Amino acid sequence: MHADTTVTSKKAAALAAFEGIETEPGVPKPDPILVVEKVVRRFGGLTAVDVDHVEIQRGSITALIGPNGAGKTTFFNQLTGFDTADEGSWSFNGKQLKGVPAHRVARSGMVRTFQLTKALSKLTVMENMRLGAQNQRGENFFRALIPGSWRGQEDEITERAEELLERFKLAAKRDDFAGSLSGGQRKLLEMARALMVGPELVMLDEPMAGVNPALTQSLLGHVKDLREEGMTVLFVEHDMDMVRDISDWVIVMAQGAVIAEGPPDTIMSDSRVIDAYLGAHHDAPMSAEEAEEQLQEAEAELEAEIEEKA
Amino acid sequence: MDWNTIFVTTVKASIGLETVVYALAAIGVNIQFGYAGLLNFGQAAFLGVAAYGLAVIVSTFGLSFWLGIAVGLAATVVLAFLLGIPTLRLRADYLAIVTIAAAEIVRLVFRSVAFKDVFGGSDGRQNFSGDFYAMNPFAPGTYGIGPISFNERTTWVLTVGWVLIALSCALVYLLMKSPWGRVLKAIREDEDAVRSLGKNVFSYKMQALVLGGVIGCLGGFIFGLGQASIQPDLFGTEFTFYAYTIVILGGAARVFSPVVGAAIFWVLLVFVGNTLSEAVGAGVFGTAVTVTQVGSVRFILVGLGLMLLLIFRPQGIFGDKREMALDAR
Repeated sequence: MHADTTVTSKKAAALAAFEGIETEPGVPKPDPILVVEKVVRRFGGLTAVDVDHVEIQRGSITALIGPNGAGKTTFFNQLTGFDTADEGSWSFNGKQLKGVPAHRVARSGMVRTFQLTKALSKLTVMENMRLGAQNQRGENFFRALIPGSWRGQEDEITERAEELLERFKLAAKRDDFAGSLSGGQRKLLEMARALMVGPELVMLDEPMAGVNPALTQSLLGHVKDLREEGMTVLFVEHDMDMVRDISDWVIVMAQGAVIAEGPPDTIMSDSRVIDAYLGAHHDAPMSAEEAEEQLQEAEAELEAEIEEKA
Repeated sequence: MDWNTIFVTTVKASIGLETVVYALAAIGVNIQFGYAGLLNFGQAAFLGVAAYGLAVIVSTFGLSFWLGIAVGLAATVVLAFLLGIPTLRLRADYLAIVTIAAAEIVRLVFRSVAFKDVFGGSDGRQNFSGDFYAMNPFAPGTYGIGPISFNERTTWVLTVGWVLIALSCALVYLLMKSPWGRVLKAIREDEDAVRSLGKNVFSYKMQALVLGGVIGCLGGFIFGLGQASIQPDLFGTEFTFYAYTIVILGGAARVFSPVVGAAIFWVLLVFVGNTLSEAVGAGVFGTAVTVTQVGSVRFILVGLGLMLLLIFRPQGIFGDKREMALDAR
């Protein structure tokens, strides 16, 4: 299939971009779409996010992982304007986004989804999709009153929405209420709706949470397709199999800070990452010398006991 | 028992002044609450500032009727902005709390002794509807079918009122079919999702609040003109609650539900009230119910009916049962 050749070339291009990059946190990338500088978010005494420097490579799939409470979702909220950072700045395509409200962030081409899916229940699947389109003339109060002024655009939007629904296998649900979809279908709808915005950077907050395994594969395919179409993907995920399968680069957060970066194959064996997930004083397997030492100690104790009795 | 009188007053109530006023107020509530999900519990204040704007300009300052209408409309828009700017960025419940308090503040200012020269205290304002009735195209006489007829003044007010209702319904129909209405309904479902799709949620909520207030304020004008007088206590909190009852009775987020809901609400109140007073007059209940208690008993009975409606048909008259089922998921 033709698609297969592009798959490999885009994937290869993304991987080539990461060739030879160090695995230090905040390492510079050749062509960053998003650059984050010293973002801090405090809730009272708790510092939820304290990211020194991070860059997201254009055209790649980057995973953001970390143990529970690492601040991944809070970090997402800062970047997308859903929460205000206390300090720091970040730029998207060279444009400063600090203090920019969420709807403007989305308009500039950085669109997010949510951990708890936000399907608009009492709107049909098609209406959900149409809502995503930008610069709609009919969304102006006065022009809304003259149907002729927005009908043509609405038809174009509907056509685009139908193509996407077809691709996400939701075409049959077109006129159903979004609230009647299953959890996995809602995730698909949310992703398709985000694409209606026409984003450059898609931010997915736990796209696989609560999705049954049969749908997982199809969702993975859709995420890969985003890269093939030239979009950049940044996603939060807990499922390490998925992270290994689709991501080109992995950023690890713990206790609000970025502690490591690296390619998915090697990142999980990084000692900093293991420490973050399991704690610094975890039970590592014993080395040969340690085993020998323990054996000798035990034998010495036994001998001492025997001597006492004798 | 005089069934003829009961029948005539009941039919008149279905298109009468109260129905018109409450229908307009409820159309406004339906835009705010039904479509945009905004809990505006101060709709009475929107009608109040409009009616007082008109009355004060004409009767206190002796200026023209049309200036009064303009001031009433402007006061409504200003009130919407005053309420909306601090609260629409916050969670939905804050708007409910602020609007209900603001409505009471507005009413208490109107009835305060300090402003008696301007607003007329608890007596309110009279003598402001002359110009309106001077425009009456109906010659003196009665208009209607048989006993169900109104004099030329009432006919004129009701005509204007029903034209305004028709225009408002047409406006709501056009808007809610459009992408603008789609954004509003989406905001009701989930604000953050709409924000993430690049829509300025605050602006849309403000537009809904202003539009709902302005349509409600038309009801305020009709109320004042129809009675040729206004008192502050007409605009108490129960006014707003009746408007909400009407919207829910008809079914939220349906174009005609506030109109049909208002008609049914007043038909029920008048029918139950008149039947009870006739029955008390005929001695049906003996000494158990007196004439003075009828007013309260009719509200008890109508309230009971509404509770039964919500239990057995929670989506209202025009609502869609499938939509209600989604909430249970």
